[in-house]
Amino acid sequence: MSEQRATIHALHEQLVNKECTSRSLTEAYLQAMEKGKDINAYITVNREAALAAADAVDEKIARGEAIGTLEGIPMAVKDNICTEGLRTTCASKMLDNFIPQYNADVVEKLHAAGAVILGKTNMDEFAMGSTTETSYYGPTKNPVDETCVPGGSSGGSAAAVAAGQAVYALGSDTGGSIRQPAAFCGLVGLKPTYGRVSRYGLIAFASSLDQIGPLVNDVRDAGIVMNVLAGYDHRDSTSANVESEDFTRKIGTSIEGVKIGLPKEYLGEGVSPAIKARLEAVSEALRAKGAIVEECSLPTTNYAIPAYYLIAPAEASSNLARYDGVRYGLRVQADDMISMFKETRKEGFGDEVKRRIMLGTYALSAGYYDAYYLKALKVRHLIKDDFEKAFATYDCLLTPASVSTAPKIGATYDAVATYKQDICTVTSNLAGLPAISLPSGKDENGLPIGVQLIGKAFDEAFLLQVAAQIEEIGMA
Amino acid sequence: MRYEPVIGLEVHVELKTNTKIFCNCSTAFGGAPNTHVCPVCLGLPGTLPVLNKKVLEYAVKAGLATHCEIAKFSKFDRKNYFYPDLTKAYQISQFDLPIAERGYVEITVDGEDKKIGLTRIHMEEDAGKLVHQGATITTSNSSLADYNRAGVPLIEIVSEPDMRSAADARAYLEELRAIIVYTGVSDAKMEEGSLRCDVNISLRPVGEEKFGTRAEIKNLNSFRAVERAIEYEIERQTDLLEDGEKVKLETRTWDDAQGRTFSLRSKEEADEYRYFPEPDLPPIVLTDEWIQGVGDALPEMPRARRARLVADGVGAKEATIITSDLALADFYDEARAQLDDPKTIVNWLVGDVLAKLNASGKSLAESGFTAKKLTDLLKRIASGDISNKIAKDVFMEAFDENKDPVAVIKEKGLQQISDTSALEPMIQEIIDNNPKSVADYKAGKKKALGFFVGQVMKQTKGQANPGVVNKMIVELLDKQ
Repeated sequence: MSEQRATIHALHEQLVNKECTSRSLTEAYLQAMEKGKDINAYITVNREAALAAADAVDEKIARGEAIGTLEGIPMAVKDNICTEGLRTTCASKMLDNFIPQYNADVVEKLHAAGAVILGKTNMDEFAMGSTTETSYYGPTKNPVDETCVPGGSSGGSAAAVAAGQAVYALGSDTGGSIRQPAAFCGLVGLKPTYGRVSRYGLIAFASSLDQIGPLVNDVRDAGIVMNVLAGYDHRDSTSANVESEDFTRKIGTSIEGVKIGLPKEYLGEGVSPAIKARLEAVSEALRAKGAIVEECSLPTTNYAIPAYYLIAPAEASSNLARYDGVRYGLRVQADDMISMFKETRKEGFGDEVKRRIMLGTYALSAGYYDAYYLKALKVRHLIKDDFEKAFATYDCLLTPASVSTAPKIGATYDAVATYKQDICTVTSNLAGLPAISLPSGKDENGLPIGVQLIGKAFDEAFLLQVAAQIEEIGMA
Repeated sequence: MRYEPVIGLEVHVELKTNTKIFCNCSTAFGGAPNTHVCPVCLGLPGTLPVLNKKVLEYAVKAGLATHCEIAKFSKFDRKNYFYPDLTKAYQISQFDLPIAERGYVEITVDGEDKKIGLTRIHMEEDAGKLVHQGATITTSNSSLADYNRAGVPLIEIVSEPDMRSAADARAYLEELRAIIVYTGVSDAKMEEGSLRCDVNISLRPVGEEKFGTRAEIKNLNSFRAVERAIEYEIERQTDLLEDGEKVKLETRTWDDAQGRTFSLRSKEEADEYRYFPEPDLPPIVLTDEWIQGVGDALPEMPRARRARLVADGVGAKEATIITSDLALADFYDEARAQLDDPKTIVNWLVGDVLAKLNASGKSLAESGFTAKKLTDLLKRIASGDISNKIAKDVFMEAFDENKDPVAVIKEKGLQQISDTSALEPMIQEIIDNNPKSVADYKAGKKKALGFFVGQVMKQTKGQANPGVVNKMIVELLDKQ
């Protein structure tokens, strides 16, 4: 682990104690970005604005004013979150020239919190993928092992934090896009409850599944970032109007008597032996801490992948229809209107995006709607019911964050096989539940293993409490 | 064979809210292109819709005013299609759970009462406007897009195929328009596009239950156009059927200048809009109390108002004319409160006032002619201050120059002379100067009386009250 992989709370102490300045921090991270360019974590670097923001924080400190926890800390934003005046591409040729006119709600909150935005991170095109290989800007490498993928779709955000090129980063999670790359890169990644964080300014992939969340170096940092990101936003009608809270408040408290379910459907055939073994070890360690960990069942889990790969592409096919070359982004000139639409979309989108648009268009078509989309919605309800039943007994659920550790770059090419690997993560998106992925142990190749906790809606603080106890177990 | 037309109407009404349906942009008509736009109505990546509560209230109001059942659980859906005026490439509309269903509008055609069923009312957003450099988008080298209208709130009101003639359709459309205007949810002006109407029409042999193949007629910009287009279609489809041909399922456009419809496109292939629930907007859940509250705020509807006028002694035809226009109806009520003479008010309102409005092309509000002005004038006639004939002149001037009629009367000295003390010396002088006529009168020649009246009117330039003058002359002659 690089020396620069410091946590937000540690660096905040250093800033407050004047052991460093925001400018020196920012310069160090910008340098690391330059040096580690070949990782390809960033699409756009926001150098001047980052330094200006850092200087403003330093002036504030010099004036003797108190600073917030995120103030002056260099961080990165996934390139599907709109930043006013700063190119936002979704890693697509379609939006290669797109400069938003407005800030996403979370970016406004980051600015208000004094965050230093280093740049925009690489991702799978329009967040469709789980390796960051579908990016128009080329794949991102996993800093743990550069021959491996960092996961996806928030692979650039994960790689940036893992490589010490950002203290923390924002990602978005539609079916595991925060948690799986966090697992592959040895980070903590949190997908909040649907509605916890405003989606205003997050370029939509699948609106009913998308959530923004943090990729961080430890559990406490996850709580610290959530303290800024969470909160009702009237511009997002699906945003939840719930009281604000301190997400870190339960970290370090005992989990004695806590009931944790271990759903057997998440430990089936496809899961690697090393990960299964790690789950057992973690369960044992949690029992030693006084928690009750026992096997349980979520029988509809097996239908989650087909349901997810109907609902998400269906919504995506509609969300991505606006990229028609008329108003912004790529336009390929043609002889007539229809040809312009066709040529623009043919050239602007990559294969994976096209595949999902076609899947979704098909699923929504007259004559197929009931058999596919409507049935998927019903399955989604059953999955929710399953979780509800489980949460009548258990306080949270423990599962792997992925069925394997990071695969090699270029190794995954079978679309369906790749889709199937999302089994650990898609269920919480379908049910709208919070879930956290955190590193625990390594496999035989030294690649980090991620474990996941799924909680009740709006129970993030409790998830962080249990996650902190798992973190305490260590990597060995 | 005799054929019976089967007609249904789809009406789009632009709601009169200050801001758009899903953002805070102004709905004002006529701004410079792309000045009433924001990231949301431009559909920029990452933006999200937020429902304007007023739109919901107005849609419910329209639903209640047309006797619809209001859905306590309703939702928005996406209607997906590509067109440059549609910023998101989908229109946020309502598909299977509209806000209101199963209503009706009552009409009277040729003295016969009919109920025209309403299938549904749903909320949706309008699209932007394209200005083609050529005739159409396919024949133009370029087109300009103005998104000021994108996101302006609409309700679509779909009728049952319950109409059987052009007159039915016109009566329905006029009644629906009046209802909408009465509720205050829209100006519903066809000529300005805040009320748009598409007609679905088919023919079937009289006595047949099954519907024939329909044509949909678009581009109808006036009530008259709706009527004419239906009459034209009845003829066209009758000719086809009589020649043993089939009516095509198609969309046709009305050409007002040529007075005929033209085929636009076939509807043989089912529309494929891939509707699905709008994930960015939660379902709309309404309580009985809230719906009740909207219902309680509804004003008296045109039909009830018409009945009230008829009960007040207004003729059915006049009552229909007055109540089909909210401004006229309010004018009547206000005038009626000031003057207990419905007949005279109606005669003036439907006659003189309406003629002036039509001639000037102004609305009542624009004309500045108020109920008080009319009743002031009518009161002067009743009191004998002015004659009916002079009153017409006063009205013309008061209307044309937006003046107070009482002031016009004073200004021009038009007040009738009814003062006997002022008239008596004049009449006496005329009698004294015309002994021959006096003798004629005494001899029983009643025509002589007319001569004296004429003389008085001549000397008073017509301002003398003829009734008073007549009576005085007789009295004075009898004294001779």
